[in-house]
Amino acid sequence: MDFTGKKIAILGDRDGIPGGAIEECIKTAGADVVFSTTECFV
Amino acid sequence: MDLENQARIQALVEEHGPENVIVVLGGAEAEASGLAAETVTVGDPTFAGPLAGVELGLGVYHILELKDIVDEDVWEEQISMMEMVLEVDEIKDEVKMFRDQGSKYNK
Repeated sequence: MDFTGKKIAILGDRDGIPGGAIEECIKTAGADVVFSTTECFV
Repeated sequence: MDLENQARIQALVEEHGPENVIVVLGGAEAEASGLAAETVTVGDPTFAGPLAGVELGLGVYHILELKDIVDEDVWEEQISMMEMVLEVDEIKDEVKMFRDQGSKYNK
């Protein structure tokens, strides 16, 4: 799956992997982060 | 999934088109991650939010599925610690199941 140029909505988890960490990763895959949040999934 | 986030994702799809939007999850548990994946593919299973009955069919992945496309050093710094404590295979299988069943784009 090629993420280049895709618009990414990130739903991070306070008890799992937070939005900011996912954002740093996704940026290295050439994707465009348009929304990032860290919610409590429970 | 949080009702506010459902509305936000719906607005992003209207703005960019469902073929261009991908949702990436960071949930700690397979079940919760699966529920979020279900919500953005076939609709909110709790029928509480704006995505109730709305089949967005979005591509949806858990970040743990994306190790191959992320820079190795960044992965090490941001994810590797949680990778050691989470039920990685269980989470990946659950999200993949909903993607296989409900995603119309980017699968």
